[in-house]
Amino acid sequence: MAAMAVALRGLGGRFRWRTQAVVGGVRGAARAAQLGRKVAVVDYVEPSPQGTRWGLGGTCVNVGCIPKKLMHQAALLGGLIQDAPNYGWEVAQPVPHDWRKMAEAVQNHVKSLNWGHRVQLQDRKVKYFNIKASFVDEHTVCGVAKGGKEILLSADHIIIATGGRPRYPTHIEGALEYGITSDDIFWLKESPGKTWHPTDVALECAGFLTGIGLDTTIMMRSIPLRGFDQQMSSMVIEHMASHGTRFLRGCAPSRVRRLPVGQLQVTWEDRTTGKEDTGTFDTVLWAIGRVPDTRSLNLEKAGVDTSPDTQKILVDSREATSVPHIYAVGDVVEGRPELTPTAIMAGRLLVQRLFGGSSDLMDYDNVPTTVFTPLEYGCVGLSEEEAVARHGQEHVEVYHAHYKPLEFTVAGRDASQCYVKMVCLREPPQLVLGLHFLGPNAGEVTQGFALGIKCGASYAQVMRTVGIHPTCSEEVVKLRISKRSGLDPTVTGC
Amino acid sequence: MAAMAVALRGLGGRFRWRTQAVVGGVRGAARAGQRDYDLLVVGGGSGGLACAKEAAQLGRKVAVVDYVEPSPQGTRWGLGGTCVNVGCIPKKLMHQAALLGGLIQDAPNYGWEVAQPVPHDWRKMAEAVQNHVKSLNWGHRVQLQDRKVKYFNIKASFVDEHTVCGVAKGGKEILLSADHIIIATGGRPRYPTHIEGALEYGITSDDIFWLKESPGKTWHPTDVALECAGFLTGIGLDTTIMMRSIPLRGFDQQMSSMVIEHMASHGTRFLRGCAPSRVRRLPVGQLQVTWEDRTTGKEDTGTFDTVLWAIGRVPDTRSLNLEKAGVDTSPDTQKILVDSREATSVPHIYAVGDVVEGRPELTPTAIMAGRLLVQRLFGGSSDLMDYDNVPTTVFTPLEYGCVGLSEEEAVARHGQEHVEVYHAHYKPLEFTVAGRDASQCYVKMVCLREPPQLVLGLHFLGPNAGEVTQGFALGIKCGASYAQVMRTVGIHPTCSEEVVKLRISKRSGLDPTVTGC
Repeated sequence: MAAMAVALRGLGGRFRWRTQAVVGGVRGAARAAQLGRKVAVVDYVEPSPQGTRWGLGGTCVNVGCIPKKLMHQAALLGGLIQDAPNYGWEVAQPVPHDWRKMAEAVQNHVKSLNWGHRVQLQDRKVKYFNIKASFVDEHTVCGVAKGGKEILLSADHIIIATGGRPRYPTHIEGALEYGITSDDIFWLKESPGKTWHPTDVALECAGFLTGIGLDTTIMMRSIPLRGFDQQMSSMVIEHMASHGTRFLRGCAPSRVRRLPVGQLQVTWEDRTTGKEDTGTFDTVLWAIGRVPDTRSLNLEKAGVDTSPDTQKILVDSREATSVPHIYAVGDVVEGRPELTPTAIMAGRLLVQRLFGGSSDLMDYDNVPTTVFTPLEYGCVGLSEEEAVARHGQEHVEVYHAHYKPLEFTVAGRDASQCYVKMVCLREPPQLVLGLHFLGPNAGEVTQGFALGIKCGASYAQVMRTVGIHPTCSEEVVKLRISKRSGLDPTVTGC
Repeated sequence: MAAMAVALRGLGGRFRWRTQAVVGGVRGAARAGQRDYDLLVVGGGSGGLACAKEAAQLGRKVAVVDYVEPSPQGTRWGLGGTCVNVGCIPKKLMHQAALLGGLIQDAPNYGWEVAQPVPHDWRKMAEAVQNHVKSLNWGHRVQLQDRKVKYFNIKASFVDEHTVCGVAKGGKEILLSADHIIIATGGRPRYPTHIEGALEYGITSDDIFWLKESPGKTWHPTDVALECAGFLTGIGLDTTIMMRSIPLRGFDQQMSSMVIEHMASHGTRFLRGCAPSRVRRLPVGQLQVTWEDRTTGKEDTGTFDTVLWAIGRVPDTRSLNLEKAGVDTSPDTQKILVDSREATSVPHIYAVGDVVEGRPELTPTAIMAGRLLVQRLFGGSSDLMDYDNVPTTVFTPLEYGCVGLSEEEAVARHGQEHVEVYHAHYKPLEFTVAGRDASQCYVKMVCLREPPQLVLGLHFLGPNAGEVTQGFALGIKCGASYAQVMRTVGIHPTCSEEVVKLRISKRSGLDPTVTGC
């Protein structure tokens, strides 16, 4: 241990590394390396209670954005296969779905990304340690490598980017033993079958499971998509409910048991009636939020403060913790969006400030995002309720439209929830405060408008932007009907 | 004729209509003065209908005249113009049909047990598309009625600068006069009448969407029919495109080449530097095309079921008798000449849409220009149409969306040393599991080199290009700089985020292939 520490701290001039240990966070490491710094990354995946583990890359690559979007695509393809006969394709229906084939393809792609990250680190001469690190003091971490060898790493600067893991409702009998989470769903070798989720954020999972033909039930105690525009959230749910996902609202689970025949029995209480009910399922998937991965870091040894409520790390606008040379980015940080692109941008800007002479801070305003539910929801800026709370109803104008994607016509698809609204200030030139789009390819639609909002776009400028025809995104620049007018916002014509 | 003119001009107070005849263009109606209408719109397409509806909403008495001359092959259609009947709408639906074919091929990789290959039935698709188009024709008729816009299905021509005449069904001649007239008659496909057999045996985009039977093995000489060839290949038909020179003239040439490359590697045959000379019908029923290879000078022939001409469009002005009204046209193109207020050489006669010289041939510009025009005429506005930075998308198998300047235009305007181009080859996530080739998935942003690096143009080649490009058009309208693009957070995982992740410049010579995550 001591020998290792000395080796890393420097053996005279030649091995005097100005090391930056990055606990998690491959991108920051890569950027620091590009600036000529000597960098090390430590990454470690604690197996899930069900035993699932994965390689380098973090949540996004392994158990988040990537596998989620691929399985979402699989579900979308199911719907498009159903559309196809209307367009002349003679596909025999219904078409069965093989979970194993899909899971294997998704897992192979994820593994190729793990490999790609390893190669990138090597190419940039970033040292990588697959160890579970914890702080020894404010400049040093230690961890145990394979074979039991303890490693000490010290650095001038440290960035903590350990992210988070799914929360388990440990107070519910059987929850840990019989339930899985998003850590596991993408790595299942067998189909999850009939699934049950109590969820705040697992609409995406339930959505694609329904889309590939599985019987799926979501249980919600209160409101879905907390923090998002509530009108839009309701429409997301409405769409899912009318396309096969079952919802049990205002209910809370109390127990999970394994039945003799192998299935799981869930018991819950309906909060409105007070009655208890049960149901039988193949899989129970908990998606009730995430907890920061800080517990095993021994942060107190380094003097890094965390939020007493959430245990997330507290930082200032420079991403600095309570210890001047220790920083934090990503999901582990208090008050930050739990999104890959913000973590990446914040990390890069941080490293540019530390080593590149920059003074640019991360701007967390107007960060766009998309929920990849069966009907996708893209948004940027304020929700309608946030805008009203901030400016007052009389100072807010909301333009909206119900539209029908052209491709839905021939397919005979229901477009009831295809909807867009733009929240603006009422006073000319009517600054755009927020944009909300529900429909196909919502992420593709929303991205460019995020640039517009970054540039301070006004409704006047939106009105002068010519549409691209025929698309769904043109409906944004064609918005003319305000909620205040009470007129019918259904788009007609052409 | 005289009797009709009197009836329309007014019989005392009660029938004293201030009619505004819209030659095409259904949207405006006006109160009557000495003439029949406030506004007459000639042409019931995208631009015309927008004008008519807008003017009606402003309380004007409006009339629209619309008429479709059957194509040489006999195809005709209802109210709505090119976009609705033989343009954007049927084109995008057939493009969708072709895309679905590709997605059905992807599906087994995602676990769907679809037996391949899957046959395609043209008739089923064509019927569905035609039914949707007819529903739009109907929708437009209803909208005009609801707004009390008078609609005449007659072929109009000018009698004098305030009056048009036309012949209705049954031979009755109608005269319509108006204070203001908007011409929005659009255009029709050009036929290469100098080529033997071209008119007799070839079809155009006027016909392709209305065919009851599959076109089979098709041949197109084309400047702009990449979209048609694209979807025909996508639904499994043997398709050949012949080009004399460069495709997608006026578009960024690097992007155009990649569009073609993608099509060529996905089944469409290209014959470049060739020009057709003759089309004959063979005894067995197929068509034989003869062409000359310009480079070798050699002649060659091929046999096809269908020949589709897509060599450009001509304005629908010939039968309007524009000289009776004094409206000037371009001697080269015969398109109508207008100023920045869409006014022709005659003060109260205007023109919008494809029929106008120097304007984009796009539905949304016609609509916006028409609405702004009517707002200036009747709504007290002074806003002019801005034709800069109009975004558009080519719906080829791999779609190409763009807004602003092409790279060559930017260099011509500012000089190579003042232009910085950021670019990236990316791979859509959905292509990975599907095993699709992403060689032509590419995006580039053309900027000024001087900070803050104003964005001059954006070019995106990939899936859903229209959806990606639209929002960036707003950004460019707001004067976005590269610095602002860099500070815009991406949405992950999407293709559009690749725009805000652009970091590699062409000048650097570094590999622009996106890696990771």
